[in-house]
Amino acid sequence: MLYTENKPIDEILQSLGKEKNIFLLGCNGCAEVCQTGGEEALSAMKAELEKAGKKITSTCLVDFLCNKMLVTTRLSRQRDKLQQSDSILVLTCGIGVQAVSKVVDKVVHPAANTVSLGGLQGLWPSDERCQACGDCALDYTGGICPITFCAKSLLNGPCGGAKNGKCEVDNEKDCGWQLIYERLQKVGRCDILKKVRTARDHGKMLPSSELRKTSFYDIENPA
Amino acid sequence: MKLAECFKQGKFVITCEVGPPKGIEIDKLIDELEPLRGKVDAFNVTDLQSSVMRVGSLATCRLLKDRDLEPIMQMTCRDRNRLGLQSDVLSAAVLGIENLLCLTGDHPKLGDHPQAMPVFDLDSVQLLSAVKSLMNGKDMAGNDLEGRPPQFTLGAVVNPGADPLEPQIMKMEKKIEVGAEFFQTQAVYEVDKFSDFMGKVKRLNVPVMAGIVFLKSPAMAKFMNASVAGIHVPDDIINELASVPKEQRVKKSLEISARLIKQLKDLCQGIHIMSLGWERHIAAVLEMARL
Repeated sequence: MLYTENKPIDEILQSLGKEKNIFLLGCNGCAEVCQTGGEEALSAMKAELEKAGKKITSTCLVDFLCNKMLVTTRLSRQRDKLQQSDSILVLTCGIGVQAVSKVVDKVVHPAANTVSLGGLQGLWPSDERCQACGDCALDYTGGICPITFCAKSLLNGPCGGAKNGKCEVDNEKDCGWQLIYERLQKVGRCDILKKVRTARDHGKMLPSSELRKTSFYDIENPA
Repeated sequence: MKLAECFKQGKFVITCEVGPPKGIEIDKLIDELEPLRGKVDAFNVTDLQSSVMRVGSLATCRLLKDRDLEPIMQMTCRDRNRLGLQSDVLSAAVLGIENLLCLTGDHPKLGDHPQAMPVFDLDSVQLLSAVKSLMNGKDMAGNDLEGRPPQFTLGAVVNPGADPLEPQIMKMEKKIEVGAEFFQTQAVYEVDKFSDFMGKVKRLNVPVMAGIVFLKSPAMAKFMNASVAGIHVPDDIINELASVPKEQRVKKSLEISARLIKQLKDLCQGIHIMSLGWERHIAAVLEMARL
């Protein structure tokens, strides 16, 4: 199971910026167990955002947001609502956010930080990977993870080593930053790349002592 | 003249790259730089270039300093975390190094220890920012440095041939925002393309030094075209080099470089020569280019 924690609401509001119409998309898998996705988390987030003056165009719950087929099927029924939305706030792990970003041409914002991949995997169907860095950067990179897609896990843009869009480490692998740039161009958000990203806090990768005390954690570590 | 002073006076700055040896006999390398005294303003000492383990930049910079040659210490993020990097920045200041050039660095997989852990705790923007912070008397964690803080002239790199170019320029702007004072570029062979790039970054008002790499053979040019990011040697240059008999290749290669320098001179604020072992030919090229 992938453990996630809610991002602070201030950080979420900051990432939504001036966007007014928000589509809420929650995961009913691991995130539901962690109370970052699921029905209750969606309602709580809806209330918080409405309090902050946002309009919620729709709330949608999908069993496993990491499954792109499932996401595509569910969201196709909400095409109108999606069109009316400025962006999608995704209440799930880093893989789920990336999967949504891959199938919808809308700005996606993560609502949670993934802090541990746990002992059991959620569905993990494709290229999207999460290192559980504990400080999800997907908001800034168009829903494509710079930590797992870039061979050097760079946060401030391409290293300059890519040739014909392929990584210097493996010429059959796409340059993560080229994908990020193309994605941001597509959703009209290249401006966010101008912001200097400060160095990562690697301490956030360690599961906190609070998390290690939870029953979820115990389930996967039978005595 | 110090590098900072060269930029201050608006001089057309000439730097060249020095690759430390894989082994401890370093005198030959330093002796080869002697003819460049007074002709080259500063010497970039690479930091395990191409991810190949060898003598370090810091020690080599100090040896140049001892000979009264101006060193630029290159620092990459490949193999040291923020503790190691910041400590080496302080060590550099203690040893009298006054110029740093910060870059991401090649991935270890490209070098002679492909099994090594890629570190990249910081990226080039964050490294520049960390150095700037040390120059203001604080480390990255916000702790005060004791006494007088170090001072450096800070350089960075940009690849004018990158495709797409826009993310490179955005990153260049971030580097300037956090403290980069001058830029050296990847090798340039297409003057028009470089001119377009300079047009786009003119507003940033920062000295840019065009990269020159000596073409040792047509095969090397073709290899770079196929494998090195942002480098494209046009066919007419490759054909020109291939048109002469082997024994005249060196002469022809130097002519090509001198001609490029002349064409680039009015477009930028300096040149950075990466001679890749042909240090002995740099003086001749500068003379041919009338620098």
